[in-house]
Amino acid sequence: MTKSELIEAIAAKQTQLSLKDVELAVKSVLEQMSDALSSGERIEIRGFGSFSLHYREPRLGRNPKTGDSVDLNGKYVPHFKPGKELRERVNKGLSLS
Amino acid sequence: MTALTKSDMADMLFEELGLNKREAKEIVEMFFEEIRASLESNEQVKLSGFGNFELRDKGERPGRNPKTGEEIPISPRRVVTFKPGQKLKARVEKYAGTE
Repeated sequence: MTKSELIEAIAAKQTQLSLKDVELAVKSVLEQMSDALSSGERIEIRGFGSFSLHYREPRLGRNPKTGDSVDLNGKYVPHFKPGKELRERVNKGLSLS
Repeated sequence: MTALTKSDMADMLFEELGLNKREAKEIVEMFFEEIRASLESNEQVKLSGFGNFELRDKGERPGRNPKTGEEIPISPRRVVTFKPGQKLKARVEKYAGTE
């Protein structure tokens, strides 16, 4: 499922809002999530999961083309931990397929 | 810092887009439910600019009860993994960290 399919699926399930409104809403939600993470804020959605940042230590990397070593700074990367309901539903999908 | 929640998201849809509070709450709920439903039916979800929710099937592997030390096999399972997109990764990398 892509973002536009997600927008269509939501629009099909409710009658008050136009496709355009749903599109703006979905984009706003994703933007809010990106904004939160890029300012170091966690996201907590019960039954879905939580997003947080994990720190990666600085390390010595290599340029794969030249073999030169490069200093890589420490950095934060986004991390997702699925919540209980999501874990259970996805795992139930396994036994059905 | 406090965490972003569904209720914060709905408030923002009310303030920014002028949805009424009930609509805003419903849209946020449906957003997460549609993603769960897709993953439940073994279909990955690709949200460009944000990231992809992917599925991995894991076979049975040996495990241990951490309390008793007893060996028990971990049953085969399907798990969700999140792969952040380039845009999100680039934005998060700029966060210097203040904690």
